[in-house]
Amino acid sequence: MIATLAFYAFAAVLIGSAVMVVSSRNPVHSVLFLILAFFNAAALMLIAGAEFLAMILVIVYVGAVAVLFLFVVMMLDIDFVRLREGFQRYAPIGGAVGAVLFVELIFVLGAWRFASDAADLRINPTPGGSVSNTQAIGRILYTDYILLFQLAGLVLLVAMIGAIVLTLRARPGTKRQNIDAQVNRTGSVGLVQVPMGAGLREMGILRPPEPDAPKPIAAPADHGGHH
Amino acid sequence: MSIGLGHYLTVGAILFVLGVFGIFLNRKNVIVILMSVELILLAVNINLVGFSAALGDLTGQVFAMFILTVAAAEAAIGLAIVVIYFRNKGSIEVDDISTLRG
Repeated sequence: MIATLAFYAFAAVLIGSAVMVVSSRNPVHSVLFLILAFFNAAALMLIAGAEFLAMILVIVYVGAVAVLFLFVVMMLDIDFVRLREGFQRYAPIGGAVGAVLFVELIFVLGAWRFASDAADLRINPTPGGSVSNTQAIGRILYTDYILLFQLAGLVLLVAMIGAIVLTLRARPGTKRQNIDAQVNRTGSVGLVQVPMGAGLREMGILRPPEPDAPKPIAAPADHGGHH
Repeated sequence: MSIGLGHYLTVGAILFVLGVFGIFLNRKNVIVILMSVELILLAVNINLVGFSAALGDLTGQVFAMFILTVAAAEAAIGLAIVVIYFRNKGSIEVDDISTLRG
């Protein structure tokens, strides 16, 4: 009973926040409602018994994707008023397409039922007993679905590299340290043998310089230099 | 009345339709379109979890996790494209973006 009430409450908030995502005037509000929608979807998954997926949903969607959206919305200086032109114009056709799609989905939902032997056709039946949801998913994810799992990792890697390559840019005019050139330069640095116990004067370095004399431009080459 | 598969499928269907509606409604704002795509993928995930719970089969949850992966990758790449497009053009209107075609 309490689960039923919780389901209806979470579903209502989920759908309401989804409506606000698509119809909100300010995209920042859209992102915040998207976060609310993700939380409520995670709660629905908890009610369905998919605890691991619910937590992953919170971590990945709220922690990464929604924050990424928030960053982009706030960083880009976008004139959102101009972007809302045609909002009224597209609403009827969008509503019509949405209504048709929804009616079709309802038809599918109404005319559809499980096969009589669906219970026997399960590939990975949920283990009972003391095996938790996370444990059960781990048992099949790292064995039967290991190739798909690796492929998912590859997708993430490609996405990461792609995002970096797309957004990285070399700005002209900025000065950076070129370590290669620094290490490979020759001629200006050398090792010399200095006489033991010699003072600066014997080595030809005058110090301190006279106050009105021009500063020595460079030390003699055979006396080394500071690096 | 207890919660069954139909409830989850209904929520998923409503969420899916809202996502499609959002794409039409925000024709000019790429960021909200990307958010609508996220809503659609969330609807698919809810459907998969609903079936998984109703059948007692864990395969649906594994698939939902892969969809999660693809959704995260899609959001990262999509937003990166939006950022560089805005850097080059100074706007993110979809009508302008159609010039990305060769």
